[in-house]
Amino acid sequence: MASKLTLSNRTGWTFVLPGFALIVTFIVLPFFFAIGLSLTNQRLLSPNPTQFVGLENYRQLLGLAVVTLKPERNDAGEIIRNEAGEIQYPRLREITRSEAYPQFRGMREWFRWQSGENVMVVIASDVVFMKALVNTFLFVLVVAPVQGSLALMLALLINHKLRGINLFRTIYFMPVVVSIVVVSLLWRFIYDGQNGLLNSILQALTFGLFQPVDWLGNPSTALPAVMAMSIWQAVGFHMVIWLAGLQTISPTLYEAAAVEGASRWQTFRYVTWPGLRNTAVLVLVVITMQGFALFAQIDVMTNGGPLDSTQTLVFQAVERGYGKQDISGGSTISVILFAIVLAISLIQRWLTRER
Amino acid sequence: MAEVSLKGVKKSFGRVEIIKGVDIHINDGEFVVFVGPSGCGKSTLLRMIAGLEDITEGTLEIGGRVVNQLQPKQRGVAMVFQNYAIFPHMTVRENIAFGLTIAGASRQEKQQKVAEAARILQMEHLLDRRPSQLSGGQRQRVAIGRAITRKPAVFLFDEPLSNLDAALRMDMRMEIGRLRRQLGTTMIYVTHDQVEAMTLADRIVVLKDGQVMQIGAPMELYHEPANRFVAGFLGAPSMNFLNVDVLDLDGEAAMIGNQSLEPIRVATRRRAFRKDGKAILGIRPQHLRAVQSGQGLLHGVVAHAERLGSETVVDLTLRDDRELIAAFNEDKVFEPGDALELTFDTALAHLFPDELQTH
Repeated sequence: MASKLTLSNRTGWTFVLPGFALIVTFIVLPFFFAIGLSLTNQRLLSPNPTQFVGLENYRQLLGLAVVTLKPERNDAGEIIRNEAGEIQYPRLREITRSEAYPQFRGMREWFRWQSGENVMVVIASDVVFMKALVNTFLFVLVVAPVQGSLALMLALLINHKLRGINLFRTIYFMPVVVSIVVVSLLWRFIYDGQNGLLNSILQALTFGLFQPVDWLGNPSTALPAVMAMSIWQAVGFHMVIWLAGLQTISPTLYEAAAVEGASRWQTFRYVTWPGLRNTAVLVLVVITMQGFALFAQIDVMTNGGPLDSTQTLVFQAVERGYGKQDISGGSTISVILFAIVLAISLIQRWLTRER
Repeated sequence: MAEVSLKGVKKSFGRVEIIKGVDIHINDGEFVVFVGPSGCGKSTLLRMIAGLEDITEGTLEIGGRVVNQLQPKQRGVAMVFQNYAIFPHMTVRENIAFGLTIAGASRQEKQQKVAEAARILQMEHLLDRRPSQLSGGQRQRVAIGRAITRKPAVFLFDEPLSNLDAALRMDMRMEIGRLRRQLGTTMIYVTHDQVEAMTLADRIVVLKDGQVMQIGAPMELYHEPANRFVAGFLGAPSMNFLNVDVLDLDGEAAMIGNQSLEPIRVATRRRAFRKDGKAILGIRPQHLRAVQSGQGLLHGVVAHAERLGSETVVDLTLRDDRELIAAFNEDKVFEPGDALELTFDTALAHLFPDELQTH
């Protein structure tokens, strides 16, 4: 029924206004603010006036260089070795603090590798940011395929008309409705190095042979532990998306495949998987986006530690912007993250375009 | 090629019995049509033969082998579905070759068999298209192509023409008839369309509520229906049924009549009737002829008339307020309200027991 209310343009805009205002205030404005602030030296609270610094923040974050360290030689030109026979190299700080190399000033070692008798050292102006960058990519690269395929497997399992199947659907979906903060807190207990559930189970299963591990306190297990927990938490959500995709495939296609003699694997390959193409794109994009936004788990479980082994981009952005009150630094990380995510979305769109 | 034999086949979903004991023997190379109203179990029966539904009771033999427990692929059947069931992401070529791909056939074999199927179905020019670029009739042809490449022993068609528009349906019907002559394979075809059944079948199986009503050649069913259901199901417009009184009985015929029907003698065809009891007279609309006043067996008034050009269908109201349909194979003008007298050849009429009558 067309009343004056539904026909009036002004009324429409009035209804839209509150939501629109909120979106502008909390999403659109901050987006442009972030870009703007990343070009300044703005701090959260500072008596000094804000200055425009151009791309200095980006240089600070992204500055990378490779330095070659040549073995130290004695006057005769022989390589000096210590008692253990290891080749002696000059110390890195002799280069980064040297007046001769102003471009390396303030940079620190990220990692190094041996190349013949020389040592190549990658130095970065912000090693923590680099670690965060690598960790974030690692997280996405592991979580996206594992979570996506696990969710698909669960979806295939629960896509049956069985008695009580809704119970399983509910159980698999349950972690999704629990707040990630709560889940992270619980998993901190599970991962506990002293008497955590995971250690207890592993010990029970191996009859006490298993040596307890401080899962979140060990640099080599902390990130995998966060990954495992994250995969578990959101797998139900993607399972539901897969399930929706599975149910759009016409049952007669399966019947046709059965009559034609397709095995289970062939049915999956020729009927199910091609039918899930659009769903696969959606799931992949969503997991990737969520992966890049990794924050809450880190904040609650590890705070980026130990030894920066679980630093992530968003965690660093928040840490800098609010923890260190370096708003411009945090903004810069946000803008870099935006650029990365945008690039990946465009690549994904291109790869999955309709041909 | 193979015979198909169903013996005491039953199907239940939980406590509900859908197929209530069916015995059908289909000869090698025969084209049999299962026909019946929706919900009669014809599709279920076909799916049981295909192996898509379990058989609750009874035995199913294909080519002399009991296949109750076998997977669809082991039964040597191919099926064409109502909604085509062709794979949307594959080209026509890939769709037709699907069964061969599954079986791991060589590229050369696939190429050769796809070419052969395409030639038979006259769709060589469509091979590289995708299903979304095809019309309904073309899609169904792809599905048929997929079925014939494997050279199955039995073809199963599940209402293959129901999703097509009327003109296309006729074309495809003729095409299936042609295909059938070309291949000579046993075919089982499910439809609710009696025209398809009449034109395609060697034998028709009429089903109702999960039971076989009659099995026979199309004309046998048309001229000698075993019961009122079959009589009413085949033929368009469908057979008229009049409630009549049995006035007298003598051996092979009964004298019947009612308010609007002059007393006539109709053969009982070995059906049991009771003198002074009730019976139902079946007359096909095409068997009725309009006659001069005073010569008719039936008396009525025109309620509505439809002129189809080659035929005129008249809806009459009889003296006892019952309706009667008459079809004249010529173009005639009738006005509502016209009094009309009709006659018919009593040898073509059928007398059925009144099932509702208590004996």
